[in-house]
Amino acid sequence: MADVIRLEGICKSYNVGLPTETEVLHGIDLALHEGEFVALMGPSGSGKSTLLNIVGLLDRPTSGTLFINGEDTTELGDAAITTLRGRAIGFVFQYHYLISAFTAHENVVMPMLLDRGHPDAAMERRADELLDWVGLSRWRDHKATNISGGQQQRVAIARALAMDPSLVLADEPTGNLDSVSADAVFELMRRINRDRGTSFLIVTHNLDLAQRCDRIVEVVDGRISGRVIPTLDAR
Amino acid sequence: MRRWLPFEWIAALRFLAEGRMQTGFILGGIAIGVAVIVFMSAMLSGLQANFIKRVLTSQPQIQLIPPDEVARPLRGGPHEIEAAIVQRPSQRILSIDQWRTIREAMTARADVVTVSPSVSGAGLAVRGSAGRSVTLTGIEPEHYFRIVRVPDYIVQGETRLGTDDILIGTELANDLGVTLGDRMHVTTAQGGDRVLTIRGIFDLGNKGANQRSTFVALRTAQSLFNLIGGVTSIDMTVKDIYAAETIAREISASLPVQADSWIKTNAQFFTAVRAQQNSNTLIRLFVGLSVAFGIAAVLIVSVIQRSKDIGILRAMGARKGQILRVFLIQGGVLGFFGSLVGSAMGAGALVLWHSVARQADGSELFPLILSPGLFVVATLIATVTGVGAGTAPALRAAGLDPVEAIRG
Ligand SMILES: Nc1ncnc2c1ncn2[C@@H]1O[C@H](COP(=O)(O)OP(=O)(O)OP(=O)(O)O)[C@@H](O)[C@H]1O
Ligand SMILES: [Mg+2]
Repeated sequence: MADVIRLEGICKSYNVGLPTETEVLHGIDLALHEGEFVALMGPSGSGKSTLLNIVGLLDRPTSGTLFINGEDTTELGDAAITTLRGRAIGFVFQYHYLISAFTAHENVVMPMLLDRGHPDAAMERRADELLDWVGLSRWRDHKATNISGGQQQRVAIARALAMDPSLVLADEPTGNLDSVSADAVFELMRRINRDRGTSFLIVTHNLDLAQRCDRIVEVVDGRISGRVIPTLDAR
Repeated sequence: MRRWLPFEWIAALRFLAEGRMQTGFILGGIAIGVAVIVFMSAMLSGLQANFIKRVLTSQPQIQLIPPDEVARPLRGGPHEIEAAIVQRPSQRILSIDQWRTIREAMTARADVVTVSPSVSGAGLAVRGSAGRSVTLTGIEPEHYFRIVRVPDYIVQGETRLGTDDILIGTELANDLGVTLGDRMHVTTAQGGDRVLTIRGIFDLGNKGANQRSTFVALRTAQSLFNLIGGVTSIDMTVKDIYAAETIAREISASLPVQADSWIKTNAQFFTAVRAQQNSNTLIRLFVGLSVAFGIAAVLIVSVIQRSKDIGILRAMGARKGQILRVFLIQGGVLGFFGSLVGSAMGAGALVLWHSVARQADGSELFPLILSPGLFVVATLIATVTGVGAGTAPALRAAGLDPVEAIRG
């Protein structure tokens, strides 16, 4: 199976050139297959978010190579990185879910609007389908801040799927939700993964949820620990 | 979402609409600034136009008079001065040399509209035991009235001038106790002495002028001042009133006359206007600056408030340029709508002030000039200022590190 992402020797230092320079990631090698649903676990401060930001092209590694859908991203310029990010990757964040100035529907339209510049009927239809998919059609025209946290996170998932990315990155997507909502959000992602074949890389502190993933990767002190944590339905 | 709007406009308008309070306050600030500028500019140009109109209907734009008589020391031989004390001669009533030739030359000029020779000097108007010193101006009505519109100011009688007729002002008529059709004695230091009939009474809107100014036929004045065949001045109007000074200099240089333009005779007014304009420009500049700072401050705050939104947008594939334009557009939109409201406010204040502020005699203080150009320029400048003020916040927004913006 082809790799959605492949990391080779990824290192990341903060405050490069300053006395406070610290290396946070020390040579990460990792690959995600197409359609894989992977949990990223590890203690606080171990570098999970840093790794996710690098995979998501929000941040650049200090050294090492990142392949996305087989393409080496090292030499890509700012504009190309931005375009690739918009098209190949969807994000779901823990805290700030949606843009408050827009409705749920408009939030889902946004990635397509950013990509194409002008709104059109096709993207509005697609956003409607996605909202329907996550079960939030009736909240379509509500301002993003006027719906519950779990619902917001489901809209965020619909939005992450708008450009039909090959990979969705989620940094503690259920960290701020009660266990029922967390379960619903997790199951939604799992269903999308099954039905659409989208790969997921999810940071979570919740072992129960992690064990319902295909694979668990543990990061400790900026290195992949290599410890095998069994999942419930390892394929 | 409006289908025809690009992302940048949609986001800019949405952000402005969401920050209703901030948007409202800054719009108010811009509007007041623009209103002040519009009000001041329109009133100043109104006052100026009013003054110029008044000057131009009561004064010649160029007046030709005989050159000053200059006294020279008397010399016996090359190095010998006989009388060393030089006294400035009293300026007698003098005719312009060759005035008919000069008149023809003036009439032939393409940039000159009206040419009117006249004779003027001091005289004494006597009626019974009452006497007043007056300025007698002898004119050719068909020419002179095109320069100074005495007919517009006639309150009684008419402006036809026979050789034994005179036009006087309302104050003089009061002082002497005379009315239309009365006769009065006019004498001059040159030995002139005539009895003239009052043909018309005018009100030039100025007490001094109504007391002293009188008009008679050119021939009558020539005989009163013992200046048969001569004139003391040639009055003219020109096509371009602002070229008057240049034309006057040209005439002075090429003909044996002294030419004074209205610009020179009203130099004080122009100095005052220039000072006004300078302070006006300064005020405009500072009002504009404070408006710009206001816009920039509001947008900076907005950038900080929305840094997470910006981070998310960037994560979703928004390019730096798109984010930049979102905030530039906000600046421009604020400037544009603020100046629309401000223009309306300024115009309203102007109309109000125009109806309230009156001169002592109840006439308008300044003409109401609401030129569309002023509003177009104000709106344009405000919009550009808004975009300019948005630059710093926009750059800051575009430069936001999405990782920093999203964290926590
Ligand atoms: N911008 C930065 N400058 C300096 N150090 C940073 C910066 N961002 C992160 N770090 C450091 O890098 C290390 C890894 O941080 P990171 O946020 O990736 O951890 P994490 O595994 O996501 O932790 P958590 O589970 O608490 O979210 C931490 O020690 C953190 O202090
Ligand atoms: Mg983290």
